[in-house]
Amino acid sequence: MKQENMTPVVELKDVHKRFGSNQVLKGVSFAIPKGQVVAIIGKSGSGKSTALRCIDRLEIIDSGTIQVCGHAVHDPAIDLRQLRQDVGIVFQSYNLFPHLTVEQNITLAPKAVKNMPAPQAREIAARTLKQVGLADKAQAYPEQLSGGQQQRVAIARSLAMEPQVMLFDEVTSALDPQLTGEVLRVIEALAEGGMTMVLVTHEMEFAARVADTIIYMHEGKVWETGPGDMLKNPQTAELRDFLSHGL
Amino acid sequence: MIDGGLNAYHLQYLLWGALWTIGLSLIAFIGGGLAGGVIALCRISPIKAVRWATIAWIQLIQGTPLLVVLFLCYFGLSIMGLELPGIVAASIAMVVYVSAYLGEIWRGCIESVPRTQWEAAECLALSRTQRMRLVVLPQAVRIGTPPTVGFMVQIVKNTSLASIIGFIELVRAGQLINNSIFQPFLVYLLIAILYFAICFPLSLWSRKLEQRLQFGSRAATPSANAT
Repeated sequence: MKQENMTPVVELKDVHKRFGSNQVLKGVSFAIPKGQVVAIIGKSGSGKSTALRCIDRLEIIDSGTIQVCGHAVHDPAIDLRQLRQDVGIVFQSYNLFPHLTVEQNITLAPKAVKNMPAPQAREIAARTLKQVGLADKAQAYPEQLSGGQQQRVAIARSLAMEPQVMLFDEVTSALDPQLTGEVLRVIEALAEGGMTMVLVTHEMEFAARVADTIIYMHEGKVWETGPGDMLKNPQTAELRDFLSHGL
Repeated sequence: MIDGGLNAYHLQYLLWGALWTIGLSLIAFIGGGLAGGVIALCRISPIKAVRWATIAWIQLIQGTPLLVVLFLCYFGLSIMGLELPGIVAASIAMVVYVSAYLGEIWRGCIESVPRTQWEAAECLALSRTQRMRLVVLPQAVRIGTPPTVGFMVQIVKNTSLASIIGFIELVRAGQLINNSIFQPFLVYLLIAILYFAICFPLSLWSRKLEQRLQFGSRAATPSANAT
């Protein structure tokens, strides 16, 4: 894997996607090198969540190519289980398994997919829970946790599979500001640890601080892209307009 | 037949019939449950042909009176050279009938588990079978228990139709007693009480399960906002 450091972990080339008559992605291209954090921003309906979901093949693209960790995601013959071991995704609505404890949520996939023995899986659960600051919640059920805590468990659950890249789909949109902070701190610590990440987010200040690259999407296209401080100096009228309206 | 009153022997015979009603109900529930599980899974199969064949089967059974299914199993099969004793014919008919209904009930329970749960499991690289077994079915079972227990009441009452093909369960036992003592009101009242004694605990159990389910989801809301 070392010699592949030069090839991007995620690479989209001219990706098109439509839902019925609605053309959501109109030729999206971008590449994410290993260890980089990319934040995708844009209005709702700009295609940013769809672009993210295409990376994990939750949506199947109409044309173009997507390479993720050496997997050709656009190829119908792709081994989805291999792809998903390399890609972790966290959703806006947490999607924890309500019938399982926090620990069981985390150990489920390592045990089922990687055939990991239970004690080893529990060790990983303890480690990832510590990483997200919830070491004491292993035996709790999701419904006993706050939204912010549930989202941090969802992050720990993804981390337990030791993915090459993590995708975050508006993970703080369902949380109030106080709880948003605790989730963002976890993501920031991951970024510092060198995890390759793609964030779809509405948190502009956070994106500017944590992301190596910001992608502004508008009407299904990459409209403007640049380093974190590009938000201070928008080049296009659309981005200027977007930033001045908050969301 | 001297004095035509109800005696201990009659009561014993009725209880014996009630036991067979319970026995046939258990056969119907266990057999129908196993077949119903398969039907529920086929009904949501990714293969279109399997899905359509299952829908056709369910519609066929649900659109046919149980009585007719019983006649088909008993008289129909015997004309085809398969002479079945009453208990076997009644069991086959009940299993076929129950499987179509439980299959549909359980299909609804499986589908009421949110799609996002499937998606989350899929993104953790679980195979389709693992997603079903580890994530969806445990949640569907919780949703499905109250309606399933509720349907058991229907099964118990519907076994009475087996009396028509001569299988001696509670109703048939009562008919035979009534033929000798001619006290239909008393006999059928006793039968009604015995059915009630079997069904009422099931109804209570079903309601209790339903309340627990509602309570669980209500209790979850405030604690989710806590901390």
